[in-house]
Amino acid sequence: MFKYVNQPIEKIDGLALVTGEEKYTDDFSFNNMLYVSVMHSGYAYAKIIDIDDSEARKMHGVVEILSYKNVNQILYTTAGQGYPEPSPYDTILFGKTMRFVGDNVCAVAAESKEIADEALKKIKVTYKELKPILNLKKSEGSSIIIHKDDGAFPKIPVFYDAKKNIASKVEANVGDFDSAFKKSSRKIELDFYCSYGSHCAIEPHASVSYLDVRGRLVIISTTQVPFHVRRIVSHVAEIPVSKIRVIKPRLGGGFGGKQEILLEPIVALMTWRTKRPAKLVYSRREVFKSTRCRHEYQTKVSVGYEADGKINALHLDALENAGGYGSHALTVLANAGSKTLPLLNKIENLRFTGMGVYTNLPVGGAYRGYGATESYPAYAQAIDMVCEDCGLDIVEYYKKWCIKSGETSAIFQALGEGKEGVAMTIGSTSLVECLDEGAKLSDWYEKIKLYGPNSDFNKGKRLKRGIGMVAMMQGSAIPEIDMASAYIKMNDDGSFNLNVGATDLGTGSDTVLAQIASEVLDTPVESFIVYSSDTDFTPFDTGAYASSTTYLSGQAVRKCAEEIKKQILKVGAEMLSLSIDEVESNDSRVTAKENIKEEVSFAEICQYSLYQKNQFQIQATASHISPKSPPPFAVHFIEIEVDTFTGIIKVLNYTATVDCGTPINPVTAEGQVEGAIVNGLSYALFENYYFSPHGKMLNDTFGKYGVYTAFDIPPMKVKLIKSYEETGPYGAKSISEININGALPGIANAFYNATGKRLHSGPFAPEYVLTVLSAK
Amino acid sequence: MKLPFKVNNKSKELEILPNETLLHVLRNNNFTEVKCGCNEGECGSCTVLLDGKPVNSCQVLAMSVQEKEITTVKGIGTLYTPHLLQKSFVEAGADQCGFCSPGMVLASYSLLKENPKPTREEILVALDGNLCRCTGYVKIVDAVEMTAQKLQTNNLEME
Repeated sequence: MFKYVNQPIEKIDGLALVTGEEKYTDDFSFNNMLYVSVMHSGYAYAKIIDIDDSEARKMHGVVEILSYKNVNQILYTTAGQGYPEPSPYDTILFGKTMRFVGDNVCAVAAESKEIADEALKKIKVTYKELKPILNLKKSEGSSIIIHKDDGAFPKIPVFYDAKKNIASKVEANVGDFDSAFKKSSRKIELDFYCSYGSHCAIEPHASVSYLDVRGRLVIISTTQVPFHVRRIVSHVAEIPVSKIRVIKPRLGGGFGGKQEILLEPIVALMTWRTKRPAKLVYSRREVFKSTRCRHEYQTKVSVGYEADGKINALHLDALENAGGYGSHALTVLANAGSKTLPLLNKIENLRFTGMGVYTNLPVGGAYRGYGATESYPAYAQAIDMVCEDCGLDIVEYYKKWCIKSGETSAIFQALGEGKEGVAMTIGSTSLVECLDEGAKLSDWYEKIKLYGPNSDFNKGKRLKRGIGMVAMMQGSAIPEIDMASAYIKMNDDGSFNLNVGATDLGTGSDTVLAQIASEVLDTPVESFIVYSSDTDFTPFDTGAYASSTTYLSGQAVRKCAEEIKKQILKVGAEMLSLSIDEVESNDSRVTAKENIKEEVSFAEICQYSLYQKNQFQIQATASHISPKSPPPFAVHFIEIEVDTFTGIIKVLNYTATVDCGTPINPVTAEGQVEGAIVNGLSYALFENYYFSPHGKMLNDTFGKYGVYTAFDIPPMKVKLIKSYEETGPYGAKSISEININGALPGIANAFYNATGKRLHSGPFAPEYVLTVLSAK
Repeated sequence: MKLPFKVNNKSKELEILPNETLLHVLRNNNFTEVKCGCNEGECGSCTVLLDGKPVNSCQVLAMSVQEKEITTVKGIGTLYTPHLLQKSFVEAGADQCGFCSPGMVLASYSLLKENPKPTREEILVALDGNLCRCTGYVKIVDAVEMTAQKLQTNNLEME
C-alpha cells in the first residue's frame, strides 16, 4: 500500500492557479523593456531580393531591426530535441528564402508594441515569388526543390535527400511481408488521410529576456524544453551556454507545440544587442500560422490474412507532410510505426515504410500522439475489417493477439528515433483487463448486437447508431536517449528542496514528482518545496515530451530521494547511538526498529547535521535514463449517432479504460485522459487547416478553427486499470499522449457499424460524411 | 493618463490610453490574473465580471466601463482567502495549466450567483464561451457541481 503515491493529492500550485497568483511568461515585464513584433512571409515560397528598413529605423521609438542583413545565416532545427537532433538542420532564424506563409522575414524591437507593429508596415521587402508545392503527394522528386543550395543537412547519419524534397525516410521489415501477403487467402487495403491540426494551448507562445546584473542573458519562456532552449539559443544567437539562463514559469499548456525553439533566439538577439529587456508574445493568428502543427499524413495499411482471422502480413505506409522545414519529420514518422505495429505482436511479417516530404505549407512538429494519432485510424480500421470479414468479435480478437507480459515485438528494435530502436520485453500490462472492463462499461455486447448497418434499429432510419472500439499503445520516454535528473536538499525544519529539470506544462508533474519523493521519505508532500525548469538552479532534464516526465523524471526523483533517505538514516542512527541497520524511517522520523519510541524527527536530524556534530548538508542528486520505453495501453469504445441528412456525427458515449501502470495521482491522471480524449474528438470531428490556393491558412482564429467547448463534450467514462511497471517509479508508466489517438479510429469503426461505410479522411466533418454516405 | 476605475471593490487610478481595451488596461496595471489567449473574444481567458456579468475584457473599451464594478478572479477570492468555488476547482482537479482558470472561475461564479443549483446542461451552456485545452472540461464541470453541492449541504449563500 502506498501513502503518498496513488493518492489524489491536490496540485501544489492549484490554489495559486485558480486565484490568478501564478505568473506565466507574459506576466513578466521589466523596466526599459522593448516590445518585439515579427514580420511573417505572406508568400508560400519566395526569395527575398531586398529588405529596406531605412524608413522604419527613422521612426521614433524603433530600437533594433533583425533580418538576414544583420543576422548570421546559421542552420539549425527548431525542434527542441536531444543533441545531436534527429531533425535536419534546415532552418535559418531570418533567412533569405521564405518556405511557407508564416516564415520569419524580419523583426522589430521598439519602445511599444504599437510602434513595433507600425514599423513593420514601413519595412519594404522585395520578393521574387517562386512556384510553391502545396500538395504533399506532389512533392517527392518534383522539379520544384524547397531546400535548394541552402546547405540543409541531417545532423545524424540518416537518409536525407533535399534535392528530392525528402526530409525523412524510414523503413523497417520483420519477416517477409511480400511473400506472406501474396500467399494470404484474404487481403484488404485501407488508406486514411489525417489533416493538419493546431495544439491550441490557450496560452500563446511568448518569450521575455533581459540581462542580469553580471551581463548574463536570462530568457523566460513558454517552453517544454528549457535545456534545449539554452543549447539551441547558444548556437543560433552565438552566445555561450554559460551566459544563458532559461526559466520556464507556469506554462499555459504545451501538447508538443512548445517543444520548438522559435521566439527565444529572437528576444535573445534583441537583448544581447541592445542590452535591454525584450518581450515577444505571438498573437493567436501567429500561433496558428507561424509556429508548429500536427503533420498532415496519408497512410495506407495492407493486410494479408486467413479465414480464421490470423494475420500473416501487415504493411503500414506513411507519407508525411513536413511543411517548409523538417522539424520532427523523422521521429514522428518512426513513431507512426513503432507505436502501432508492436500491439498485435504475433503478426510474423510486418513492414513499415515512411517518408516525410517538404512542401510550402506550415511546418509540422511534435504534437501529443506523435505519429500514433496519424497511424491508428488506418491500422485500427484494418483490424476491424479483418474481424468483420471473418465474423470475429474484435474485443476477443485483441485479447487473443495483443502483446502480453513477457512478450516482445521485433519492431521495438527495428524502429528507433533516428537510429535503431531498443529491444524490449513487455513487463506491465493490463490491456486484457482494459478490453474486458471497457466492453462492460460501454455495454459493448448489447450494443454491437443491437446496431449494425442492416439492423432493425438502423434500417431505413435517418439517425443511425453505431459503436466502435480501438485498442492502443504508446511509449514512456525515449529509451537510452532521454535523461532526467533531480536534486534534493534537507532544511532545518525537516522540509526539503526538490529541484528538478522536469517541466510542468500544467500536467501537475511538480506535484507528481513531490508525491514520489514523499513516498520514499515517508513525509508529507507539503514538506517539499518544488522548484523546476530553471537551467541555473535545476539539474538537467531533456524536458516534457515523449510521455516521459512521470516515468523518467519520476525515477530520477525516486533515486535521489532514496539517497537522501540513506543519509537521514545514517544521521538518525548516529543520534540514537544505533547502527544503520537498526533504524528505519517512519512518518517524518527515524525510529529504532526494536523500539518505535526511540525516535528523532527529521527536523532534529537536519539540525544535528547542520549545526551539531559531524556536520554536513544532507543533499543528493540523481540521474536516470531508461533502458526501455514501457507502453501504456488504452482501449476506447465510442458510441455515435449519424444524422444521414446533415452528415453530423454525434458522440453519444465515450468509454476509455487505461493502463498507465500505477497512477501516481489518480485525479491528474484522469485529467490527462479526459483532456486528451476531448482534444482527439475535436480533431476527429472538426479541426483542420483550410488553405487559400496560395497556401495561406484561412481559418486562423479559435472561432474559425473550431476547438471543442464544454458544450460539445459527450458523456465520458474513464477508468484507470492498474498494472505495475517494475522499471517505473512505484510502478508508473506514462499517460499523457495515448488517449488522443482513439477518437479518429474509434469513431470510424462506429461509423461503419452504423452505416456500413468506411471513412478515409479526417476530420469527419459533415461535408465529408455526406460525400461518403452518398457514394455508391 | 490616469483615470479612476472600480476594480475588486476598490477605487483605483489606472494608467490608460483612450483607445485601449479593458484587457490591456488591466494587464498593464498589474492585474495580470486576467489572461490573454486570443485577443479576439473567442477563448474567454480574459473574462472579468462587469457589474457581476461575465464579459471578454478584450472586447470592451476600457473608457466605456469607468462607472461599472469590475471583478477579476482575485476579486472573488485570493490565495489567502480563497472562495469555496476556487477550492472546489483544486479539489476536483479542474486546475491543469491554469491559464483558462481565472476566466472559468468567473464564468462559473456568475452562473452560481444566478443559479445556485444548475443542472449539468446549464453548466455546460454557461461555460461555452471559455476554452480549455487541458481538462476536457469534465473536472471543471465537476468543480461547479461540487460547489453547488457544498452550498446546498451547508445551507450557504453564494457570496
